[in-house]
Amino acid sequence: MSEQTATLFPSTATTPGGVSIELEGVTKNYEGQAVPAVENFTMRIEPGELVMFVGPSGCGKTTTMKMINRIIEPTSGSIRIDGREVLGLDPNELRRHIGYVIQQIGLFPHMTIAENIGTVPRLLGWSKERVNARVEELLDTVQLEPAQFADRYPRQLSGGQQQRVGVARALAADPPVMLMDEPFGATDPITRERLQQEFLRLQAEIGKTIIFVTHDFEEAVRLGDRIAVLSERSQIEQFDTPARILAAPANDYVKSFIGSGAALKRLALMPLADTTLAPLAGAPGKRPTVPRTGTLRDALDLLVVTGADAVDVVDEAGAPLGSLSHADVSANLAGIGMPAGTGMPAGAGMPAGTGMPAGASIGETSPGAAG
Amino acid sequence: MQSGYWENLLKFLERRWDDLLQLFLQHVAVVALSVAIATVVGVGIGLLVWDRATTRTSAITLAAVILTIPSLALLAVLTPVLGLGWGPTIVALVLYSQLPIIRNTVVGLRSVPSHVLESAQGMGMTSRTALLRVQLPMAWPIILTGIRVATQLAIGIAAIGAYVAGPGLGQYIFKGLSSLGSKNALNYAMVGTVAVIIVALLADALFILITRLTTPRGLRV
Repeated sequence: MSEQTATLFPSTATTPGGVSIELEGVTKNYEGQAVPAVENFTMRIEPGELVMFVGPSGCGKTTTMKMINRIIEPTSGSIRIDGREVLGLDPNELRRHIGYVIQQIGLFPHMTIAENIGTVPRLLGWSKERVNARVEELLDTVQLEPAQFADRYPRQLSGGQQQRVGVARALAADPPVMLMDEPFGATDPITRERLQQEFLRLQAEIGKTIIFVTHDFEEAVRLGDRIAVLSERSQIEQFDTPARILAAPANDYVKSFIGSGAALKRLALMPLADTTLAPLAGAPGKRPTVPRTGTLRDALDLLVVTGADAVDVVDEAGAPLGSLSHADVSANLAGIGMPAGTGMPAGAGMPAGTGMPAGASIGETSPGAAG
Repeated sequence: MQSGYWENLLKFLERRWDDLLQLFLQHVAVVALSVAIATVVGVGIGLLVWDRATTRTSAITLAAVILTIPSLALLAVLTPVLGLGWGPTIVALVLYSQLPIIRNTVVGLRSVPSHVLESAQGMGMTSRTALLRVQLPMAWPIILTGIRVATQLAIGIAAIGAYVAGPGLGQYIFKGLSSLGSKNALNYAMVGTVAVIIVALLADALFILITRLTTPRGLRV
C-alpha cells in the first residue's frame, strides 16, 4: 500500500515537495444550463508553486479547483498531475494523494483530533505506530501541543485551532498537491492573519504545489506566488505574480479587482531588506527608524505619521543602514522588476547619484559592526 | 374498607409472585428480542434508502401505514400463518417498531452536514466508508432515540399479544378483563398494568444509560 503511495505521482518518489499540475481545455457543463460553469480552462502550475484563484462568487473558481480532485467531474478537457492524467485514476485513490481543505473545515466531530488527522493514513493502510508518529509530527507542525490536543474533540477547539487541524489533516499522507477552498474565510481578521502567516512559514518548509481559492484579493497578494484573476466561466483575465499584477493590471476587470491603493499594496510586497536605500543624510539618531524586517509600506507609513523628510532603516541590532525619503520610496516603486536584493547600483531605478547599494551604507555608518 | 383492599392485594401478590415474575421476564424478553430484530431490520432499511428520495418516502410511508393497523387486527391476521404464542407477537412488534427506527435512521444520516461529507469524500473515503465511519456514528444518538421510542411502543403493544396467547404481562390484564365481577378481576388487571408501566420505566432508564455509554464523546452536548 505504501509503495503505491509513493508511485501514484512518479516524481514524489525522488523529490519531496510539490509536483506540476496542468489543466488543458477543461470545461464543465451543468445539464440544463446554457452557459458552462467553466469553459476551456488551460493553466500550468509549476511544482512547489502557490497559486491563488481570485474571483467573485459564482465565477467558477471553486468548480475549477474541485475538478482537480474530481469532487466535480469535468465535462471535457484534460487534467494532469505530475504528467499523469487524473481522469484515468481511481477517484478515491487520487484524493488520498491530494490534500483538501475547505472553509467549513469539515472535521469529524465524533473523532478525536488525532483520529481526524490520521484519517487518510488509515485509509492508506499505514501501521498504527506510523500513524501515531505522523499525527504527533503534524500537530507540532501546526503548533498545537500534541499532549494537550491529540485526544480532544473538534468542538473543544477554537475556530483557528480547528482550521489548523484541518490543514494538518490535509497534510497527513504528505500529498504533493494541496487544494484549499477559502480555508481562512470563516475566521476573524486577527486569527486569519495569524493563520496566513503560519501558512506561509509552513509552505516555505514543505514546498507543496498549492491551489488556493479566495475572493479576497488582499489575501491573494499576501500569500500567492502567482495569482489567477478569474471572471465568469472561470476565464483567466490575468495570471502573474502579485507584484506584476499590481504594477500592470491586464485590463479594467483586473483593475477593478485590485481596487484603490494599488501602489500601497505593491509597497507592502517590497521588503526593506531588498530595497535600495539612500545614504544616511547627516547624523543618525535624529530621524525615526524602521526595522529592516518591515516593508516599504511600513517606511512610508512612518514618513506619513511623523512628517519627517526621511526615515532610517535599521538592522536587528538597531544600527542604521540607510535612509528613505518620499522620493526614495517612489523611486523604489518605479524600479520594480529589478532583481531584488542583489545590491545593484541604485542608478537603475533612481535619479542618478541619489542612491547607493544598501550594503555599502553598513560599512560607512557602522564600522564597528563591519570590523 | 381501604385496609381490606390492600390486604387483599398483598395476599394476591404473595400467592402469585413467582407467576408474576415469570410473566414480567417474558414481557421483557419478548420486547428485547423484537426490538433487537427491529433495529437490525430498520437501521438496515434506513441505510439502504436514506439517499434515494422515492424509496425513502415509500419505506417511511409503508412503516407509517403498518402503525395505523390496530394491533388486535394485525395479530388476528398473523395467527393463521404463524400460529399462537411468541411467533405472531414478535412479528407484530417488529412491524410496529419500524416507523420510529427507519425514520430516525434516515433523519440522522441526512442530518450530517454536507461539508463533513465533502471532506470525507475529499480525503478519498468511498461512500460506503463515509456512511459507516462518519455518518452512522454521527447519526447514532438520533437512531438510538428512535429505538427508545420503538421500545416504549413495543412494551405497550406486547401486552396485547396475550390475546393470541403471547408471552408477558398481558395475560394478567386479559385474565382480569375476562373475569370482570369476580373477586380478583381488578387485581389481575391492575397488577398487570402497573407491571407493564414498571417495565417501561426500567427500559427508559436503561436507554438513558445506553445513550450515555454509546454516544461518541465528541458528540455529547
